[in-house]
Amino acid sequence: MKNIYLIALTILLFQPSLYGQSRLIDRSGTLSFYSSAPMEDIEATNNSALGIIEMPSGKAAVSILIKGFKFEKALMQEHFNENYMESDKFPKATFSGQIADPSILSKEGKFETEITGQMTIHGVTKELTMLCQFDISGTEIKVESKFNLTVADYEIEIPKLVRNNIAKEVEVTANFKFAKND
Amino acid sequence: MTRYIFCLTFLLSTSLWAQDDLLSILDEETDAVETDVEAIFKGTRLINGHTVETRKKYNLDFIISHRFGRLNGGAYEFFGLDQSNVRLGFDYGLTDNINLGIGRSSFEKTFDAYFKYAFLHQSSGGSNIPVSATLLSSISIKTLRQREFEELSFSQKLAYTHQVLIARKFSPSLSMQLMPTWVHFNAIEPTDENNDVFAAGIGGRMKLNQRVSLNVEYYYQLQRKDPLSRNVIAIGFDIETGGHVFQLQLTNAQAMIEKGFLAETTGDFFNGDIHFGFNISRTFQLK
Repeated sequence: MKNIYLIALTILLFQPSLYGQSRLIDRSGTLSFYSSAPMEDIEATNNSALGIIEMPSGKAAVSILIKGFKFEKALMQEHFNENYMESDKFPKATFSGQIADPSILSKEGKFETEITGQMTIHGVTKELTMLCQFDISGTEIKVESKFNLTVADYEIEIPKLVRNNIAKEVEVTANFKFAKND
Repeated sequence: MTRYIFCLTFLLSTSLWAQDDLLSILDEETDAVETDVEAIFKGTRLINGHTVETRKKYNLDFIISHRFGRLNGGAYEFFGLDQSNVRLGFDYGLTDNINLGIGRSSFEKTFDAYFKYAFLHQSSGGSNIPVSATLLSSISIKTLRQREFEELSFSQKLAYTHQVLIARKFSPSLSMQLMPTWVHFNAIEPTDENNDVFAAGIGGRMKLNQRVSLNVEYYYQLQRKDPLSRNVIAIGFDIETGGHVFQLQLTNAQAMIEKGFLAETTGDFFNGDIHFGFNISRTFQLK
């Protein structure tokens, strides 16, 4: 009887390794956005984006702190946090998805595949599919993606008065580099 | 029995596994990141006095302030709008935490300059600092020609103010600030009692929506210069539009610099000695 408990405990403890899953984390991913409007162009970069990939399942997730976006103009950064993203209320933006073709993760070379998942910004979750470029070598997995987000989709209000200063769509660029741990 | 335990184990382990999704792993990391609380107040002025906020590096703020005459002047004085005091000022961000400012008030033809240093920032995450604190030191010189002042030397026309501003953003919409203050006048008039004024100020802002907030400010004088002076009360609105902040206010003070509104206010707010006023600030990013 005691043996059974022991076996049960062993299974419980070693479950992840039984599944053979490994996770790669990048703590200094880059996420930037760019919007072009008649009055001014707005650009901001976050250099501490967190990304994670699970192998071989091909699940992936990204989490960023809204306050981590750095703008050229300090006042713009304040307004971004205070008036638009409400970063006290919604401190993070997250994405959780699945790589369409996870088999590429075990190969080396350059690949292009889609990732589909849930994007949560400003407390609003939307389904999103983005095209990603993978550059996989023996030591690391580089992922790059460019996609557009519509500001109104995430219930971010733009008052009439500044409508000419802020674009309705922003272009997002993401760059992650995952070191293979073995 | 054996079977049950195995079944239970598998169920338990898979459910544990499912719960442990990728985002929750990342959440543990982001939650530990320390972030400064931003924008405790919209502007660098609460109403009459300063807030803990500083202009960031290379930002130049041009502030135009107006205080009209008293509302109880009635229709003949167009409820105070016939008279107007103005202060023109520049604030500059030397660093993110150090600001320098200069200004000129039409009231008593006063020049002023100040130094402001934000030495503590409210933050969440890592170290959890509960408040932001800023030191403000200002100097002013009254250049109005008055008979009794004509013989005064340069240093006798000076007054200094030192304040420690302590503020906390309790929620995205509610911020409060405490302002212990010391004002020193190098010279006083014969009817005055003290060269030094000590005051305790309290103020706050409540956001009404994303761009408009209601502000209140009150200074209680613990020791007065002029025994007839009143404590300054102010209530106003901040309206923000991009690079501008408009502040509309009602206050019993006529002066727009610390030593003036704090120690030399004579209006009685509850007797209708109320001045309508506004501050307009425009920020320029120089670099």
